[in-house]
Amino acid sequence: MAANPKIIVVGGGLAGLSATIKIAEMSAHVDLFSIVPVKRSHSVCAQGGINAAKNLKGEGDTTWKHFDDTIYGGDFLANQSPVKDMCDQAPGIIDLLDRMGVPFNRTPEGILDFRRFGGTLYNRTAFAGATTGQQLLYALDEQVRRFESDKKVTKYEGWEFLSAVIDSKKICRGICAIDLRTMEVRTFPADAVIMATGGIGAIFGKSTNSVVCTGSSQSALYQQGAYYANGEMIQVHPTSIPGEDKLRLMSESARGEGGRVWVPRTPGDKREARSIPESERYYFLEEWYPKYGNLVPRDVATRAIHKIVHEEHLGIDGQAMVYLDLTHIDRETLNRKLEGILEIYEKFVGDDPRDVPMKIFPGMHYTMGGLWVDFNQQTNITGLFACGECDYTIHGANRLGANSLMSCIFGGFRAGPNAVQYARSSSAADGNGSFDAERKRQEDLNQRLISSDGTENPFQIWRELGEVMSKNVTVVRYNKSLKETDAKLVELLERYQKVNLSDKSKWANTSFVFTRQLFNMLQLARVITQGAAMRDESRGSHYKPDFPERDDQNWMKTTKAYFAPDADEPRFDFEPIDISLIPPRPRRYDVAK
Amino acid sequence: MAKTVIFKIKRQANPDAKPVWEEFELPWKPGMNVISSLMDIALNPVTRDGKKSTPITYDSNCLEEVCGSCAMLINGKARMACSALVDKLEQPIRLEPFSKFPVVRDLAVDRSVLFENLKAVKAWVPVDGTYDLGSGPRMAPELQEEMYPLSRCISCCCCMEACPQFNDSTGFVGAATISQVRLFNEHETGKALKSERLHALMGDGGIQECGYAQNCVEVCPKDIPLTKSISNVAGQVMKQAVKDIFTR
Repeated sequence: MAANPKIIVVGGGLAGLSATIKIAEMSAHVDLFSIVPVKRSHSVCAQGGINAAKNLKGEGDTTWKHFDDTIYGGDFLANQSPVKDMCDQAPGIIDLLDRMGVPFNRTPEGILDFRRFGGTLYNRTAFAGATTGQQLLYALDEQVRRFESDKKVTKYEGWEFLSAVIDSKKICRGICAIDLRTMEVRTFPADAVIMATGGIGAIFGKSTNSVVCTGSSQSALYQQGAYYANGEMIQVHPTSIPGEDKLRLMSESARGEGGRVWVPRTPGDKREARSIPESERYYFLEEWYPKYGNLVPRDVATRAIHKIVHEEHLGIDGQAMVYLDLTHIDRETLNRKLEGILEIYEKFVGDDPRDVPMKIFPGMHYTMGGLWVDFNQQTNITGLFACGECDYTIHGANRLGANSLMSCIFGGFRAGPNAVQYARSSSAADGNGSFDAERKRQEDLNQRLISSDGTENPFQIWRELGEVMSKNVTVVRYNKSLKETDAKLVELLERYQKVNLSDKSKWANTSFVFTRQLFNMLQLARVITQGAAMRDESRGSHYKPDFPERDDQNWMKTTKAYFAPDADEPRFDFEPIDISLIPPRPRRYDVAK
Repeated sequence: MAKTVIFKIKRQANPDAKPVWEEFELPWKPGMNVISSLMDIALNPVTRDGKKSTPITYDSNCLEEVCGSCAMLINGKARMACSALVDKLEQPIRLEPFSKFPVVRDLAVDRSVLFENLKAVKAWVPVDGTYDLGSGPRMAPELQEEMYPLSRCISCCCCMEACPQFNDSTGFVGAATISQVRLFNEHETGKALKSERLHALMGDGGIQECGYAQNCVEVCPKDIPLTKSISNVAGQVMKQAVKDIFTR
């Protein structure tokens, strides 16, 4: 219908910017919404690199091997066709990023350098120091700024998505958003909408995610009728630095460059790390997984650390920490390849990891689950697309390191053109009734919240949410504690109704906005928790000691949660998985696969 | 008595309101930084003298000094709040918004001027398109090692806040933008726009406003060689100006 349609993209990280660039290139207009200036999106935090089987090291790497590693790494939960497409397109995407000026590390001959990451035996990861996400985001940000100068993109930075505008035919016609300064609520029409709103870390309180990664938008859409898939698949990264305000990531690239994980063999060994002789160190990953060693996938490494700390009681100083040691690598190499992350450790912990082993611990990092989409990245709501971390494709039950940056760009590159194509053939909206109704619904919610005069502090509710989710719905899961968690979430939702905002002003009221997000976090937390309770097996990141094996017979299927408005809670459907290309096989990392 | 930490925070309800100072006292915790302290205040927004207050408004996102959001004046110095460890700061810890950018509320300011400047100097590589055109230009590792640090600029605007020349009367673009010009002028494809970038840095508010105070390089949280960038680009602008005389 519309020859030059208008597409709304929500989220300005790698996925959103990738979609934006493709759409602008197709002469459609983009309204780009982001809570923060897009250059400050969470993609900046990605450190280690981006995967593509360029095979520039003469190892015989192929896109099929990348595909196989990704499916195997995800423990056969991902639909295979989209994953194959991503791996096939990955080398071309790296070339494009290279042309855009990403300062990737180089070999002496001046071509791209690659390093090894977890869950593969190939050097497949292109990198720009240890701030690869930052460099990729900037390259795409610059291209979008160029389109903005040409008036092909209009940015709405400092606006937060509240909901989709969905008409009586269940077609998405635009969005409803709030200006984070004036607190004005407005609706914006579009011929199609793409969600690229990233991760959900805040549901776990402290995580490696940025402050904006609350999952609020995804949850709002789930409550409006979108399916949310594989919510229970949560990645806990083996190596983060615990902090008062967040868990800071210590990239897998540290191990890719030769970093070794160990603990003293004697429980409670009080000696300084460097003075402990080699023979008294327990390099448990290398001993347990001789083929992959320190580069086993994240779920495997995280469970190993969990076992060392909680079962074998070998954590450093009796605490939940292990060493990540780089001190055997020369300083010059460390500075050239890992400076960004070493600087983080230095600044936030105060020790120089070139001299002393780092103390690290697993931290919530990524959601493999997300909005359900079809192979065109379209959700079950017509005209509403999703890409990047907020969709559920590609990573199955466990994401391999350095696959997320690629999946974000790939997803954006697919969602953008598909949204344009859809918009060009879609029918016009029937009047604007649904816009007024949606704005009114959101304004009413705001009014109720601002005039609520209970006794509950939203930040306290959030703290309790994070604690219970981190304790019961991360590395090790038991049905009993999952049930208790869901009961706690119901309690928190009840207390939420009695929330009291100490700040009732109508200008740049950040605690008001946060409290709105909190409601959505609580709703999505139930999807994650109940999904985990239902899946009685162990697969990838989802591990139940009472059901220690993968159960392909019953559980090789996608979890699809949908919101039951009458019951105010999730319901679940299940969908078979596309295993058309690689037959499922047992997953193990102690031997070559 | 248990150890505590005292904060003095300059607050402003909106762009037109008069600023006021509030004091907060928090229990000390190991490893606390300015952001975790602001989070603690949100949990219980009561001032030191027992008055009920409100959570502080501030910009933040990544909390690991790579997104550039949480820049503010901490004990008078322009720096990132997430990496400002409380144990390394003199107390009471004074928090103020940047002084050279419009205040939105409390510690949050409007820094969009930098993004406008980046548009003005066309800080991008003009690629033909995103379809598959093969690999990019080869680049010697030495050049990559020169460019990468420049590309780590987080747009925090600390260099602009600290610069005596960055003010309304000069309209100076500031060090961050100039350093980006150097970055893109070095790139094999980025060079195509070199003269346009240099022209954008000529005249009022351009590179000649720099007074070489060197404050920028001192406050830069990413240790970007900003003064080197400025002298490098100043040289390019000079050459361009001479060239213009003969070609215009």
